[in-house]
Amino acid sequence: MIPLLLLSLSIVPFHTTTLLFLESLLEPFTYEFFTNAILVSILVGGVCGLMGVYIVLRGMSYIGHGMSHAVFGGAVVSYIAGFNFYLGAAVWGFVSAYLINEITRRNKIKADAAIGVVTTAGFAIGVLLISTTRSYTRNFEALLFGNILGITDQDIAVIVLVTCITASFIFFYQKRLLFTLFDKETAKVYGVRTDMVELFFSLILAAVVIASMSSVGVTLIAAAIIAPAISARMLTNNFMKMVVASTIIGILTAFLGMYSSYFLDSASGATIVLFGTAAFGISSLYAYIRRLYQTHTHEKFIRHSHPHIHEGEHMHKHRS
Amino acid sequence: MTDNRSEAAVVSQIEVDDVAYGYAPHKPVLENVSVKIPKGRFVGLLGPSGSGKSTLLKIIIGLHKPWKGTIKFLGNKNSDPYAYSSKNIGYVPQVESIDWNFPVTVKEVIGMGIWDRSGVAPWFSKDVDMMVGVILDDLGIYNSEFRNRQIRELSGGEQQRVFLARALIRKPTILVLDEPISGVDFNTREKIMEILRSLNQDLDMTILMTTHDLGGIGKRLPWVICMNKTIIAEGIPSTILTKDNLLRTYGLADYND
Repeated sequence: MIPLLLLSLSIVPFHTTTLLFLESLLEPFTYEFFTNAILVSILVGGVCGLMGVYIVLRGMSYIGHGMSHAVFGGAVVSYIAGFNFYLGAAVWGFVSAYLINEITRRNKIKADAAIGVVTTAGFAIGVLLISTTRSYTRNFEALLFGNILGITDQDIAVIVLVTCITASFIFFYQKRLLFTLFDKETAKVYGVRTDMVELFFSLILAAVVIASMSSVGVTLIAAAIIAPAISARMLTNNFMKMVVASTIIGILTAFLGMYSSYFLDSASGATIVLFGTAAFGISSLYAYIRRLYQTHTHEKFIRHSHPHIHEGEHMHKHRS
Repeated sequence: MTDNRSEAAVVSQIEVDDVAYGYAPHKPVLENVSVKIPKGRFVGLLGPSGSGKSTLLKIIIGLHKPWKGTIKFLGNKNSDPYAYSSKNIGYVPQVESIDWNFPVTVKEVIGMGIWDRSGVAPWFSKDVDMMVGVILDDLGIYNSEFRNRQIRELSGGEQQRVFLARALIRKPTILVLDEPISGVDFNTREKIMEILRSLNQDLDMTILMTTHDLGGIGKRLPWVICMNKTIIAEGIPSTILTKDNLLRTYGLADYND
């Protein structure tokens, strides 16, 4: 929308109103709080998009949701007790991550059900404490729904650190992660410490959730993690491309969401999530159209679709 | 084709001694399992489903820790079960255990087999590409496009060969396969059996595979072990697949081809 406007404006001769309009587009960047918010949301978007790929392919989309709710309890406890927010949330978050990881490994109860109980309990503790202290302040609202105004230097430092840790973990553990996700048993036989890989992954996910809380908010983090990854899944069948696409979609939707929330005066987390949903809608549509275009029938009336060039007499062979 | 090396002269490469295991307490799937597998033997584990043959494979490769009993490997001094298996064993799991819609290519799946020998980079390098090419050539797949195909586009026989390639790229001395010929057509089955036979004869690879296909495969293996919760009989098929043994293994008096 905005680029289109810019394009149309470039044709019209520049006059005062145009300049004023351009100025107003750049206006948010003159505020330090906004440049900080953009920086944080881009990093959050990228890191959530990156982690999302592995979570979606592991078939554990609910884990981001669970983790964020569990961490909320810790955050409230540290607010009320007067600890440093990140310290309290980190301790609580890593304990929950460890518990979730253990529950997932033991399969007596279905993991999603068990995680649902454990993590919602964490959330309930937070809500309970808030209700008894009767100090429902803006801070808690920010935790729940995200707030761009409240970003501090500490928030920036934390998200930069978490981004570095996540990126290097994915870089060095990519093959092990992929192998564990695809075929855990064989990975184990071939010397991958799958328990460690899964534990590290859970701990890093907890760190990502904690770092994302201030800008996206507890209730919306799950969507920020899942939306870019499923959008990327619609666009490509190639794992590496999916990782890159998901990260870029995460960054883009976070930027667009944060930027437009300035003009719409809307909650940043919600706006980012809606942009993510839009990205999923667009990529689904793209995948649908591509499939329509590629679906064709051969002599034996087998309808199928795969990428190929339609030209000439449309000759290509299929292996049965 | 019979195994004519005498039992005393050969050293056993895998030695399973009095193993018991179960998935739930007090409900053993395996009891009193003892078996010795000499180097270079091609062994088929026969038994009905639920007889514990896959479980025995998983104990041998270190995926399950037995309740009691021990697993010994020739020349292994390390007590960590994975330390030996990761160096010496190639494992081919049941294709049914895999999500074939997972967005990876043939090359990536085979490359997983050498995740620890292909550098720290997160992607699979040119070297891996070359090694994958060599392995696929060995398995009779000469199409250079094949390695870039998505695994969900593969037929049952191709899936099986991709998994075999992932095991062979590690240059194992023991090959362990869980139902390698279930759900494939006759021609593919014959092709896979041919590959396994030549690995066994040309490279002296010890091969251990499970199968429930008694008539088609079991009868033609050089050596079979009949089991149902415990070892019932072992030896060459012509002497082992007797009415009595089959009754004890499968609970049926005879079988049709």
